[in-house]
Amino acid sequence: MDTFLQLAVNGLGKGAVYALLALGFVIIFKATEVINFAHGSLVLFGGYLVVVTREALGWLGASLVGIAGAGLLALVIERLLLSRTKLADPNSLALLTIGVDVIVVEELVRRLGVGVPFVGEAWDAKPIQVGGITLFRTHLVAMAVAAVLITAFYLAFKFSSWGIAMRAQAENREAAALMGIRSRQVTATAWLVAGMLAGVAVLFLATQDFSGAGLSRGTHAIALAAFPAAILGGLDSTAGAVVGGLIVGLVEALSAQYISFDFSKSAVFLVMLLVLVIRPSGLFGTREITRV
Amino acid sequence: MSELATRATVTGAPAKAGARSLRWLRLLAWLALLAVLLVLPLYLHSEWLKAGQWMMTGAVGAIGLTMLVGQAGQLSLAHAFFLLMGGTTYTVLASGTEDGRVIGFGLNPVFSMFAAIVVTALLGLAFAPVAGRLRGIYLGVASLSLVFIGLYFGQSAVRLTGGTSTGRTPAPFELFGITFDNSSGLVVLGVPFRQAEKMWYLYLLLTVIAFVLARGAVRSRAGRAWRAVRDHEASAAAMGVSVARTKAGAFAVSSGYAGLAGVMTVLWFDILKPDENEFGTYGINVSIAYLAMVIIGGLGSIGGALLGALIVFGLPQVLSLYSTQLGIFTGRGEGAFTPILVGTLVYGAAIILVVLFEPGGLAAIGRRITGSLHRERQKEGTSR
Repeated sequence: MDTFLQLAVNGLGKGAVYALLALGFVIIFKATEVINFAHGSLVLFGGYLVVVTREALGWLGASLVGIAGAGLLALVIERLLLSRTKLADPNSLALLTIGVDVIVVEELVRRLGVGVPFVGEAWDAKPIQVGGITLFRTHLVAMAVAAVLITAFYLAFKFSSWGIAMRAQAENREAAALMGIRSRQVTATAWLVAGMLAGVAVLFLATQDFSGAGLSRGTHAIALAAFPAAILGGLDSTAGAVVGGLIVGLVEALSAQYISFDFSKSAVFLVMLLVLVIRPSGLFGTREITRV
Repeated sequence: MSELATRATVTGAPAKAGARSLRWLRLLAWLALLAVLLVLPLYLHSEWLKAGQWMMTGAVGAIGLTMLVGQAGQLSLAHAFFLLMGGTTYTVLASGTEDGRVIGFGLNPVFSMFAAIVVTALLGLAFAPVAGRLRGIYLGVASLSLVFIGLYFGQSAVRLTGGTSTGRTPAPFELFGITFDNSSGLVVLGVPFRQAEKMWYLYLLLTVIAFVLARGAVRSRAGRAWRAVRDHEASAAAMGVSVARTKAGAFAVSSGYAGLAGVMTVLWFDILKPDENEFGTYGINVSIAYLAMVIIGGLGSIGGALLGALIVFGLPQVLSLYSTQLGIFTGRGEGAFTPILVGTLVYGAAIILVVLFEPGGLAAIGRRITGSLHRERQKEGTSR
């Protein structure tokens, strides 16, 4: 029972990070109907900036630079590439983001070289004992940060004018534009926010506690788990992204313990397949209806 | 999602004659290319032949993928999984047991190759119920899960795959009593035919067969059904096309092609070695590389897939062969621009450029060139 409890808490800790990534996916998808395959490269870019600036600025300053940098990269991708292709359909734009991802990841991996630096703070790799179970501080911090950020996002999404504009655009692009909502602004901020969330996520991803591996190509691969998280919950549901992230974290932690570590990555994707077979639009996604 | 050869409808007798002569020209060009490819082993060094074989491996896989993604409109990132499955099936059936360490049947290599194609096609068919329910990006991400399943399979089914640390050696290919290994004895026009030369002809044969069959499929009833489903499922169904069966068929055909490419991959490396992580010979990066070939070549275009393979798989090979002579990209280790890295950056950029400026890919550019030739001929025809 203790093991299970421990796995559950740590799984939720991982899940909180996946939720941040998945939320980014969903925000971008809602605003532009594009799946951002370059999300992993945003993660890697944020982490890279932390590694580079850490000496000079300290962890906190470097983290802020990383978060801002990841957000700016997302913004640049949107402004420079995606906004120029109004006529292309979302699917080809998704392919375009694959191209971006390939370039950014290869270049960053080249710059990182053989070093796999950790980007965690002092709380990394110092587990604490609470009532017989071992908890990782990184996971606890991640949960707290994710809870704050997700709540803030919800409030903004529900009540701020940006949130209302974005929901309107997701509902009906033309009508929103006719009501005077600036589609460009909504789209650009969506990418910016998603990139910043990715920048936050990497602070917990490339740590001893989370993956036991520093920033490398592997970080990009771990960030891929945000795909199933977003798809599980339903690509156009922000609540789904959070639930999906937590499910992915739990499945990964539990299957790594009870089946095998190698299997845990596949398990996440198998669960996603299962959900997709039963509900093709995810748990909370809107069903696509074809009218003839 | 894609462009397809929409040939200008030609009216009038002189134009028709022009179209016919253009078709002959095109056939002649293909035959000339084939002739050149047939005599190349007499002149080229074995390293270059090896590079060429790698491009042909890519071509076979890309032809399969372009039919699925471009013609049938189903995004798949699972190609690497089917490569691994094809390669594994061939190796298990054709190779020995290595003193009982792995499972091997030592069967006829030709039979094993066919079996590999059939097995992967069936695996593709098995995925069809999932694929049939999903559309577009959902399908792309769902198919990504197969790559992860393949990763786990490679790591855990050590008795089949040989495991990630050592892998296992596939049996050399054999056809008409000729073994495709380095044992020489065959000398053609003063050139000893060793492994590289023999394999060149084997790969060329496979590529030509794959190409011709794919062209046939695209132009036949099956191809029309794929395009109908891609463009509008409901209207395709209204016209009597079984949507589920068509999608499943496209998946099976594409997987079979990937299976053959997998056999070619294993024979090319002369080893079946599953990956340790997501990045490797059968990893996500490979799925993306194949998708890049298809996008660069032009979604749905069979000839474009060949060009895409030439760029995506050919560039790193050619760069590494030239780099020693030219002294560029020779760096190794940390922070170096290796030929593979440069090749990857180039195809990443090529994807972006194609989506931004020419969604039809290289095929559309080629079509425009032949199209303008065609129009000039038409002008000549009317002025005369």
